[in-house]
Amino acid sequence: MTRWLMRRRVAAWAIFGGFALLPLVAALTGDPYLVVVATRILAFAMAALALDLILGYGGMVSFGHAAYLGIGAYAVAILSRAGITDLGAHLGVAVVAGAGFALVTGAISLRTRGIYFIMITLAFAQMAYFFFVSLSAYGGDDGVTLTARSTVLGQDWLADDRVLYYAALAMLAGLYLLCVAITGSRFGRVLTGARENPLRMQAVGFTPFRFQLTAFVISGAMTAIAGVILANQANFVSPSYMNWHRSGELVVMVVLGGIGNLLGAIAGATLALLLEEWLALFTEHWRLIFGTLLILVVLFSRDGLTGLFRGRGK
Amino acid sequence: MTSLFLLQLLNGVQLGVLLFLIAAGLTLVFGIMDFVNLAHGVIYMVGAYLVVMFAGMTGSYGLGLLLTLPATLVIGLVLEALIFRRLYDRPHLDQVLATFGLVMVVTELVKIIWGQSPLSILPPDALSGSVPLVGALRYPVFRLAVIAAGLAVAVGLWLVITRTRIGMRLRAGATNRAMVGALGVDIGRLFTVIFAFGAMLAGFAGAMVAPILSVDPGMGESVLILAFVVIVIGGIGSVKGAFAGALLVGIVDTLGRSFGPIILRAVMEPSAAAQTGRVLAPMLVYVLMAAILAARPQGLFGARP
Repeated sequence: MTRWLMRRRVAAWAIFGGFALLPLVAALTGDPYLVVVATRILAFAMAALALDLILGYGGMVSFGHAAYLGIGAYAVAILSRAGITDLGAHLGVAVVAGAGFALVTGAISLRTRGIYFIMITLAFAQMAYFFFVSLSAYGGDDGVTLTARSTVLGQDWLADDRVLYYAALAMLAGLYLLCVAITGSRFGRVLTGARENPLRMQAVGFTPFRFQLTAFVISGAMTAIAGVILANQANFVSPSYMNWHRSGELVVMVVLGGIGNLLGAIAGATLALLLEEWLALFTEHWRLIFGTLLILVVLFSRDGLTGLFRGRGK
Repeated sequence: MTSLFLLQLLNGVQLGVLLFLIAAGLTLVFGIMDFVNLAHGVIYMVGAYLVVMFAGMTGSYGLGLLLTLPATLVIGLVLEALIFRRLYDRPHLDQVLATFGLVMVVTELVKIIWGQSPLSILPPDALSGSVPLVGALRYPVFRLAVIAAGLAVAVGLWLVITRTRIGMRLRAGATNRAMVGALGVDIGRLFTVIFAFGAMLAGFAGAMVAPILSVDPGMGESVLILAFVVIVIGGIGSVKGAFAGALLVGIVDTLGRSFGPIILRAVMEPSAAAQTGRVLAPMLVYVLMAAILAARPQGLFGARP
């Protein structure tokens, strides 16, 4: 176990070190677009990390996590429109809104198990999606273009792509450490125990529901932070952030990187987005190839993607 | 007001029977094989595209519909043989991922074959126009035909399920698959039949809405999610539940959209009521689902959670 922790520490340094050096590489190769793509990757890595916390450790397959991306993104859009541009305020409102939505929908969804849970989280995300589609004050289906990025202490530092990138990297590192702390704590062990055998956890005197709901709420709030970064990166917010395809892609990222393995979620998000970017170079119909690959990998790796990794959470 | 209510009620029933056609196949596959199929919605979409294409080729909507049914049945058989058959014993997560990949593939194929922009098709001449219902209220004949066809399928399905041997196996399979398998029923073949039949029902639904809605690459998704809501409300594996849930969702959704703003106008000013109504109406069915689940996690007719 200690060797595993050690290896994880090395891998974490390697991954975060690589991300930290990336703007240098971009400057040297004269490819500023790299930083833009990498900021997107960081945002999705945060969301994947958040999803892995409940999917990998809690066994809760949320198929509606894109909703929280959208909630975070709309927190930026709505506050900016109201003249509040501070990043702190944006993050605060995003976290509270994400946590609130997660608390209400999680409390209902967690009354159910397995396949019901997948479908109900999906349905609630669609509810949020349709809410923003019909919100004509904020562009409805077309979304809102943001005039400027969030400010920090009244300064527009984030207007520089590289500053935004490092801010995102710092947040991802912070969220990663938070997740490491959570999963290593007693709380995390109860969560994993509830995944393996809820009845037994109950017999030992824990209420699995409370632990699962708390994890669900934390995960939702974390994903909303990712939405704040995404909105700032694109300077644009639309309901398409919450499209159920996006939720599916988040699950794919987590599974691709290996579920129940926090660094894996980051790696999976990186891999999936790079694959998308790369495939999109060849054809606008990149989803055709991405989807085919997905089907083939699930079908022909012996136990499916999940079987490739330890700690499968059904 | 009364006639408007009646009109919207009919529209709600029409949406309900369509949802039932989609949810019936989905719920049987769920109930019997414990298989989650996110790709069911795209078959509905393919049904709509096929009827446009076949009707264009034959010059007749009716012939187009007749060709679409076997075509979607074959698509169902092929997908089952190529993909689904290999996923029965896999975790739900694998099934979700593979069928999600299939949604991506089929949606892109449809875009490549038929393009991004919406297509439309006229209802057949025999069913165009409208008939008087009550007083000045008229209703399009084609929509009435859709309701009638949907109800006829529902009755037929009910007869098959309650009165035939295969229906007996379906009901038994939905309750306890292992036991039915032990009694010598080839569950694999049973599933092939249900899956292909479910695909045909979804294709039928798609073909019937083609003249009512525009046919576009996104049409399968909203319907799939609504079908999930229907199944969750009705209880997984229960066709009776799917029927009740579909009508409930169809009627609540349609009435909410048309009367929500009117009711809100009683408590707020008209423009605000219109805006609030537009925002709240699409959420109504999900609120309904949440309320039903809070009371009965297993759904209205579900056996177990």
